[in-house]
Formats: sequence, structure tokens, C-alpha cells
Amino acid sequence: MAINLEVPKKHRALVDQAHQVAMNMLRPISRKYDIAEHEYPKELDMLAAMIDGLSESGASEGAGATGVRRDADDGDKKNAVKNGANLASVTSVAEMCWGDTGLLLSMPRQGLGNSAIASVANDEQLERFKGRWASMAITEPSFGSDSAAISTTAVLDGDEYVINGEKIFVTSGERSDCIVVWATLDKSLGRAAIKSFVVEKDTPGVKVERLEEKLGIRASDTAVITFTDARVPKENLLGSPEINVEQGFAGAMATFDNTRPLVAAMAVGCARASLDLTRDLLKEAGIEVDYDRPALLQSAAAAKFLQLEADWEAGRLLTLQAAWMADNRKPNSLEASMAKAKAGRVGSDVTLSCVELCASIGYSEEELLEKWARDSKILDIFEGTQQIQQLIVARRVLGLSSAELK
Amino acid sequence: MSLISNLKPGGKHGVPSNESRDPIGYLVAGLNRLAQTDLLDKVRLRKPTEQAVFSVTRTGFKTMTNASRTFAKAGQKGQPGTRPTAAASSGVFDLTPGEDEQMLVDVVTEFADEVVRPAAFEADKQCAAPEALLKSSLEIGLPILGVPESLGGVSEERSAMAGTLVAEALAKGDMGLAVATLAPGSVATAIGLWGTDAQQQTYLPAFTGDEVPAAALALSEPAVLFDVLSPSTTARKSGDGYVLNGTKSLVARGDHAELFVVGAQLDGKPVLFLVESSTEGLSIEGDPAMGVRAASLTKLVLDDVKVPADAVLGETDGSTYTECVRLSRLAWCALAVGTGQAVLDYVTPYVKEREAFGEPIANRQSVAFMVANIAIELQGMRLLTYRAAARAAAGKDFSREVALARKACTDKGMQIGLDGVQLLGGHGFVKEHPVERWYRDLRAIGIMEGTVLV
Repeated sequence: MAINLEVPKKHRALVDQAHQVAMNMLRPISRKYDIAEHEYPKELDMLAAMIDGLSESGASEGAGATGVRRDADDGDKKNAVKNGANLASVTSVAEMCWGDTGLLLSMPRQGLGNSAIASVANDEQLERFKGRWASMAITEPSFGSDSAAISTTAVLDGDEYVINGEKIFVTSGERSDCIVVWATLDKSLGRAAIKSFVVEKDTPGVKVERLEEKLGIRASDTAVITFTDARVPKENLLGSPEINVEQGFAGAMATFDNTRPLVAAMAVGCARASLDLTRDLLKEAGIEVDYDRPALLQSAAAAKFLQLEADWEAGRLLTLQAAWMADNRKPNSLEASMAKAKAGRVGSDVTLSCVELCASIGYSEEELLEKWARDSKILDIFEGTQQIQQLIVARRVLGLSSAELK
Repeated sequence: MSLISNLKPGGKHGVPSNESRDPIGYLVAGLNRLAQTDLLDKVRLRKPTEQAVFSVTRTGFKTMTNASRTFAKAGQKGQPGTRPTAAASSGVFDLTPGEDEQMLVDVVTEFADEVVRPAAFEADKQCAAPEALLKSSLEIGLPILGVPESLGGVSEERSAMAGTLVAEALAKGDMGLAVATLAPGSVATAIGLWGTDAQQQTYLPAFTGDEVPAAALALSEPAVLFDVLSPSTTARKSGDGYVLNGTKSLVARGDHAELFVVGAQLDGKPVLFLVESSTEGLSIEGDPAMGVRAASLTKLVLDDVKVPADAVLGETDGSTYTECVRLSRLAWCALAVGTGQAVLDYVTPYVKEREAFGEPIANRQSVAFMVANIAIELQGMRLLTYRAAARAAAGKDFSREVALARKACTDKGMQIGLDGVQLLGGHGFVKEHPVERWYRDLRAIGIMEGTVLV
């Protein structure tokens, strides 16, 4: 084998396809649903059906929200380097977010809950929840990053868990079929007792209280959901029901190793939209980057653009690395957090700088640059903020526990 | 010459030209000159001071005299030389080095750990690589890494990726010594890539033999806002050959070099010329810099240097020269990655051991996050560099990729150097720890053009 960091040959058709969809389906309705917040983008139903079809035909290489599942051992192909569903997912998600991040997040059956199910569900559960649209509910009014502080409870009563609590910031919380809810079996046992449950939306006691009005990704609905004595079958607990104090939080956190590269990919895609358009607008204004000449001999705008592009490319390659490791069954917590940290901050820097470079054209709603600069911000927050990613990277690099490095 | 005109302000000692001296200024400047004369010593008015180390000071230009070797002409003039083939690409995204590459990296890593790093402090101080170290670098085959097998080298195909991994591994030991040991191989690689049959037959046997000559790829010039693509060194057609005039800076081991590859403008295009050090009109001056000191940096002056027509290396349309600039920048990126890794590996245990306010400083987020960001940006630099290298090896266009890698390695590399010193506080500022050297070395990225190449 040899080192090669190009998008794999076998994924190129998929990436081109995703690009066409992003350009011809998402871009034309991008501004429409940014303005009409909370209105359901009905155009997505047809798109979702198309994606399902592609996925069944195998043409999508297993890409999508469920592409994060780590395959069982391939036996004889064990030593061959794999370019699988994780890599296909990050490359196609990036393309779709080049189209519109809010709409990507609103894609039916492509929720973060679907990624969670794909990451930790057993085979029976995987089959049972196939084709369902699952959103993810972790955050509560009293905490954000500190997932161990979960106060939503799940109490076993016969063959059912009874769930009580309030969840906020549930992406696609109104539109999804079911919700992956994080709750504690016993608050006194700390992190180890936190489990995730698939809760059907029509379960009595589940109520969407309201939808948030947001800075960006306005096409995507963000819900507050309350659970009042909501009863779910005990088979809906994802992973093991055992409370393993030794293992602690590891089980639940494994989801993040798979979803963080996806969010990093969203930032990469969103930022590239800004870069591509800005490159074009700068060219019209007579500025073109010369990659061979020293940046300091070019205009300040060209030098700035070069810096943005370099940072962006680093974020993109870190994202591909994390997904490639997942495909090849290598532990990637460190690399997933590196990718999320870099891509998250680069997403903000690139989109905000592109607004500045394009002046009033960048700031005006006439173009989408100002929208991308609003959309990108959430990508440095959800699935672990910039600071949480740095904390994870620091603990791993320094070999410190969460008690030592708080 | 009057004292006053001698003391004319501006332009010297880092004083901008718009500065002017008032009467007190002239008085102080005069006193300073007096203080510098031997007179005070002769009348024993000054305490004896320690002798400064001679070799690290600028010594003034000397004519090149160490032209010990004549390269016997061989091969067929004008015939294209042997070319390494492009590395095959499987189309699979992969970050695993090939088996041969990994073996090479293991050998070089051991050399870097056990030979290079221990020698780095003294080599930086002396502005010279130890003779024994240079010898052992030959034993592990550094000069012939990029030379095709059919020409006596070791590479079966285009070796930009292997060269990148090797440069990174060496720089983890020390950047200055990495440059000193890689410089001859860079010239050999260039001849392998672009030389005619005659040039390859004439020069490469020296590099694949036992007595490998020092050699240098001289592209930099002492100019503010220097643009390597428009060198002010000129080549003029004259009779059968060319006449070169100009000054090159930051030339590694120029005082020992027996062969130079010099960049010069010919008919408005930048072109590479092979210049043997025995050629008349060459003179050299020690030119120690902020860092990369172990590479014995020098200035090379070309004063009506006559070279034959077949001294041109590669094309005269600027394409070879541009390719050379890109491959050289790639090598400097690899060096930045290696040095950045050295910083990360050094500060990690340090911040865990160093205590303040009753606990290791690593337990504080402001410290720990600096380390996290070093790790994140370093890996970004590495992946950018590898992508450019893999494309170069596969014979694909890599102009954009190497530009992005260079931008990241310049900015983030310097930030890593800064943070490395900052994390050690005052201890980082003193030479007891190597972080101050890495700080000085990392400033070279983005400035250096030429010298090394993969």
C-alpha cells in the first residue's frame, strides 16, 4: 500500500452525485427555508426516497447517518485497507452541506439518532428500527457539555422503562419518528448508569413543547421535548443494560467517535460553499490566488484566502483520517475530536472571513455567504463544543484522567 | 574620511534609514567606537573578555578554494537521462506507509534519536555538523534515496513520499542537522529528475560512491520580499555557454560544497544551472542565521562565472525551476512536521512533571489546551504535507497542495515553536532545553527556498 489522501476512486461517483443533489435540489430552496423557519421542507421527502433507493441498490456505498456502524470482521480481507461507509458518509455529508447544512440536518431518516442506533444497537434492534427517522436527545435545560449530569430518569417497571425528564435542542425533534433519549438508571451510580433508549414519538407522555428560533440552520427544527411517565419496552435500551462502573461512560460515548467526524464533515462542506463562491467573486474583482508566488507579494485578500484554504484543507484531511480509521476498525477517539475541533473552528473562521472579504455583498441576504456564516456556528457547538474537543484531545495526548484535567 | 561621515546614521545595525542622530547621539556613537578599539586593551583599560567562538561569526568573503574534485565528463550530451517512474496509485485512501518506506523511517528514526539529537546542541553552537555524523548519514544511504536504481541509487520509483517521511524523521532529531545531511542528496535527486544522460553520468557516480561530495541547491537571495520565481541572479548567453552573476543566500554547507545547483534568470525565465565549485568567479561567506545553524549556512557570490552550455539542468522555460521550488517547499514542510513533533514530544512530559500551585501545570486547561492545539495543528500540517507528497510521487499536479501545506507549516509551525517555549516559561528561554532552538528553526519555514528537496 501507499500513502494516498485523495477521495477514493470508488467513492467518486457517489460524491459527484451528492454534489449534483446539493446544487440542484438544496441550493434552490436554501434561502426559502432559512426565511420560513419551522416550515417543513416538503421537497426533502422525494429526496429521501431517492436516497433510500440508492442505498438499497448499493450505489451509495453505505453512506448516510447509518454509515457510521463499524462492520464485523471481514475474515480473509482482514489485512486489506478499507474505504468503507464511514469515509463514504463524511464525503457525501460534506457535499450535501455544501448545498445546505440546515436541510442536510432535516433529511428524513438521516438523523443523529440514526447514527447513534447504527453505532451501538445490536442486530435485532438495528433490524427493528430500520427505516425509522431518529433524532437525538441528550441536552437538558441544566446542562450542555457535561453529559454526565443527566437528570432524566429511566426506571424499570416490569418489561418497560418509565422515562421522566425534559430534553432541549433536539434536532428534528418534531419531524422524526422516534427519539434516542439519554437517561440515567440510577443517578447515584454516576456516568456508568447513563443509557440511551429509543422512544417512539407517539408514546403517551412524550410532548414536543416548542421549537427554537435560531441563529442558523433554520431549516432544521430544534425542539424542546418533555417525557412524563413515558413507557418504552425494555428491548429499546441500546447496548447493555448492565451498569458497569469500571467501563463508566465509555459505552455511551462511543457514539461520539462516529458522529463527530460527521459533524466535522458538515463544517467542511459548509465552509467550502463560502470558499468556492468567494473565490469566484474575488476573481470577478480581479484577485486570483497564485499558489507558487509568495503570499506576501500578492494582495492581502489573496493572502487571506490562501490561509483560509490551508486551514480548511487541514480540517478536511483530519476528518477523512478519522473516518478512515473507523472504517479500518482503529480506535479513533483522539482523531475524531481533533477533526471536530479543527473543522469546527475553521468553519467559523472561513465563513466569517468570506463575509468580510466580500464586504456588503457578503453581508447582504442577496448572497448566501451571510447565511453560511450563521449556519457554521452550531457546528463548533453540537456533538461537543470546541472546548470539549480540546479537553478530550488534551487528556488523550497528556494521558490525564478527567479527575486530573478537569 | 571624517568621523562624522563614518557615524552617519541609518541603514546599519538594524537602524531604519529615517533615523537621525542628534549631538548627544554622535557623542555616544563616538564613545562606542572608541570602546571597540584595541587601544583600550593595549593600555589595559579593559578587563579581558572571553574569546568569542570564531566559526559562528561572519568572516568576510573568501574565494572558493576547496575544489578538490574534478567531475570527469561522461555520458551523452543532449540525450535525456534516466527518469524515475511515477509511483503507482491504487486509488484507495490510505495513511499507511509502504513496507519499504516504513523500514526506511525506522532506520532514520533510530539515527535521529541516537546520533542526531545528542549532537544537535553542539552543532547549533558551532554552526557545523560533526564529521562523524555526516559520515554515518552516508552509511544509511541518505544521498542516494532519490536516485533511481539504474543510476546506482535505491529508489525504484519517484521517491517524494519516502523523502518526505525521511525528512520528517530526521528533523525530529534536529532540523539543522537534517538539512546538513539532506543537502547533497537533494542535488543528486534533482540531477536524477532533470539531468541529461551526460549530467547523470558525470555527477551521480560521485553521490553513489564512498566519498559523497557536499552539494547545495542555491535558490534564495538576500532581498526583502524575495520572490524565488524572479531571481535577480542572471544568466547571459556568451559564446558556447553562459555567464552567471548574482548573490545567493542561505546556501547549506556552501564552504564545503563541490557542486551547486544555482537558480538564475535566463531570457526572463528562471532556470537551474549546475556549477562546480572549481569554477572561477565563485566566492563564499559564512552567513549564520537565526536557526538551522548546524547546516553551516553561507552566501555564495557569482561574479562573471562562466559555465558551459550543458550546465543547464532541465528546461529553460521555467517549468523545471518551478517544479524544483515546489519540491523544495515540500521538503521544508516535512522538516517542520518533524520539528513540531519534537516540540510536542518534549513539552508533554514536561508539563506533567512541572508543578505550580501544588499540582502539575498540565492539570490546568490553559496549559493543556495549548498542548492539545499543538497536537491538532501538527497533525493537520502532517496530512497536508503527505497529500502534497503523495501527489508529487504519483506524478500529479501538486502546486495547490504544496502551497497549502507550506502556508499551514509556516503559520502553525511557528505557533508550535512559540508555544513550546512558552510552556516551559523561563526554562524555555535558556539553552538547557532544546525548545528555544526549535523556535529558531521553525521560523525558517516559509522563508527558505531551495537547499533541500524531495
